Amino acid sequence: MLYREAGQFKTSYAADQQIFPIRQDRIAIGLILVVAALVVPMVASEYWIKAILIPFLIFSLAALGLNILTGYAGQLSLGSAAFMAVGAFAAYNFMGRIEGMPVLLAFVGGGLSAAAVGILFGLPSLRIKGFYLAVATLAAQFFIVWALTKFGWFSMDSSSGVITAQEIQILGYRFDTPISLYLLVLTIVAVMALAAKNMVRSSVGRAWMAVRDMDVAAEVIGIRIMHTKLLAFAISSFYCGVAGALYAYAYLGTVEPEGFNLDLSFKILFMIIIGGVGSIMGSFLGAAFIVLLPIFLDVLIQDFLTGLLPPSISSNLQLMVFGGLIIFFLIVEPHGLARLWQIGKEKLRLWPFPH
Amino acid sequence: MKVKTIALFAAAVASAAVSGSVLAQAKEQFIGLPSYRVGPYAAGGSGIYGGWIDYMTLVNERDGGINGVKLTWEECETEYNNARGVECYERLKKKGATGNTTFQPLSTGITYSVLDKVAQDKIPMVTIGYGRTDAADGRVFPWVFPMITTYWSQATGMVKYIGQKEGGLDKLKGKKIVYLYHDSAFGKEGIPVLEKQAAKHGFNLKTIPVAHPGNEQQSQWLTIRQERPDWVILWGWGVMNPTALKAAAKTGFPREKMVGVWWSGAEEDTVPAGDAAKGFTAAGFNVAGTNYPVVKAIQDNVYKKNKGNMEDKSRVGSVYYNRGVVHGIITVEAIRVAQEKFGKGKPLTAEQARWGFEHLHIDAKRLKELGAEGFMPDLAITCADHEGSGKVKFQQWDGKAWKVVSDWVDADKDMVRPMIEESAGKYAKEKGITPRDCSKEG
Repeated sequence: MLYREAGQFKTSYAADQQIFPIRQDRIAIGLILVVAALVVPMVASEYWIKAILIPFLIFSLAALGLNILTGYAGQLSLGSAAFMAVGAFAAYNFMGRIEGMPVLLAFVGGGLSAAAVGILFGLPSLRIKGFYLAVATLAAQFFIVWALTKFGWFSMDSSSGVITAQEIQILGYRFDTPISLYLLVLTIVAVMALAAKNMVRSSVGRAWMAVRDMDVAAEVIGIRIMHTKLLAFAISSFYCGVAGALYAYAYLGTVEPEGFNLDLSFKILFMIIIGGVGSIMGSFLGAAFIVLLPIFLDVLIQDFLTGLLPPSISSNLQLMVFGGLIIFFLIVEPHGLARLWQIGKEKLRLWPFPH
Repeated sequence: MKVKTIALFAAAVASAAVSGSVLAQAKEQFIGLPSYRVGPYAAGGSGIYGGWIDYMTLVNERDGGINGVKLTWEECETEYNNARGVECYERLKKKGATGNTTFQPLSTGITYSVLDKVAQDKIPMVTIGYGRTDAADGRVFPWVFPMITTYWSQATGMVKYIGQKEGGLDKLKGKKIVYLYHDSAFGKEGIPVLEKQAAKHGFNLKTIPVAHPGNEQQSQWLTIRQERPDWVILWGWGVMNPTALKAAAKTGFPREKMVGVWWSGAEEDTVPAGDAAKGFTAAGFNVAGTNYPVVKAIQDNVYKKNKGNMEDKSRVGSVYYNRGVVHGIITVEAIRVAQEKFGKGKPLTAEQARWGFEHLHIDAKRLKELGAEGFMPDLAITCADHEGSGKVKFQQWDGKAWKVVSDWVDADKDMVRPMIEESAGKYAKEKGITPRDCSKEG
């Protein structure tokens, strides 16, 4: 009913190859963007914007970065948080050391620095695969956090390795209210998500997927393995780096290297596993699940169960319910929430004639 | 059927929200507690927040609140995670009739994450024994109160204590001290001040990092064995502490010559090490034990009525629990001070509460009235000095309990204060803050 495509004929190659071939999808995406950009700033409270929406968008971007690497190019990585840290610290250094540095350029610089580090730590992927590669990227995770703590140069010699983000100013406009920060993050995330969507539809993305599915076969048909894998590492780290810079500049304001620890890397990995490996939309769904659900559970428990349960049990209950839900979703749909949505959409498109 | 359930649930949520806002109109002071009761630091979180909640329950039960204003609170689980901490901060900010009174996250990471936000939202942040050291300069950080003692003050206190044990600070000349630290922002905090102390008193300082979490220390203790230091300062956190104590026992280094930071000096750090912990000394700005009138009052007024927060009642009187009581005392006393200025028996805004924290003065007489004589040091916060005391006591583990072995030891303020001002000045310059002129503050 919702997805009746009757009458939507594609008469040109451009129409056939567009990102959202179904008109309803185009309308839905347009509506979501309009709501996110215009309605949300008007109705959402400061709490929603600062504590929920901004981190949700930033983590979505980080998950998107990992999804490019793991979901599309098939290279398992446990270093996403470290690449975020590189992005944050590099952006901070660009801003602090270069007089009059435009902040957006500093974000790009942060992303490029992360990409460079990503290529470096992606080199082992040319030789090792699967879980062994995960262990190699684990080295990146520990080494980068260690280096940022160890060498004062990275934090411009702050006494304890902690950096405080400079204020964001673009063309003379100061981004200091929650709404302006939210719109900035939303713009960056939307543009980068669109770029990612196009990338995975292009020859680059097809090369990644070929390498993911069988690298020997990919090599035989003429895909340059080294080039493809390192490109995946670079672009993935670029996304994580920009996410890290936003995490420092638009969300927390002050960050320490320890904040980008292995836990965060795992969290981003869980986001794409729950959301859907190899899906742009899955990155957003997964980030929503991992970031928002624990908060929702905590609010629910604090509001309804305080006093009924001993405090340590109510805190642990959240983790139990959260873990239980993860298992539930993985059993119901091992390919993640995005796949669940896809199945639903297929059914809707055929409805009411399933055969 | 399903729709009906959903509708019922929605109605329940809505009614709960409404009744919550009605309750908030009463004479109440809301305190948001960003606690952590799960994860690797749960022992600290549950003990400290438990003690704090118990003290507030005591004030409500025994005194009927602060001049009739009842204390209310709500916990928010941070899991010791910075992002969750920020979410809790934002969630708790607007709760209660007058908003959140104070934010005390018990995590240096969360402290940094909300440092700018508290100044914008005008909510005082009190970080007792952790957080950003140079925030002790209240002219640059009007909204942050690293009370009682900072890491830098404590490090000088430890050197002073070692000096006392050696028979005077002048005897430290030529001695060798190893600084065994948790390799993180927290661990590195002690190094600059100890280096200055080493130069001043002429002892040799050797710093040895331990990677997080610190359950592997063989090579470090091998180095210590080669170095043959006279003392070891243990600046540890969590599992690193019992591991260090066990490794010391194996290496044959006398535990009596080991001095710990206050995050190394709880029962949770020594009990797992068993006999190896015997003789180990640690600094602390509060002491352990139930033998203080304030703890007794909690037992009588709270636990006898079955309103206590701790599930394991034997932890009442432990180091962490008593630290929570100190948090409670400081928060309640600050509200009391602020009420005297802004109206007794009235709920305060966070901005008014900040005035209370800044004018907090708990002298020996007040400590006695509170039943906390010897339990925590006396405290005098001013506009410029947000630390207010700088004193620590040393306790020794006798195999079963912590025993106080020193009086309050003062920090080397002449050295620490200029360092704090220098660092805060640098921060002010970077952020474009003009420090307050304290002579003009009321």
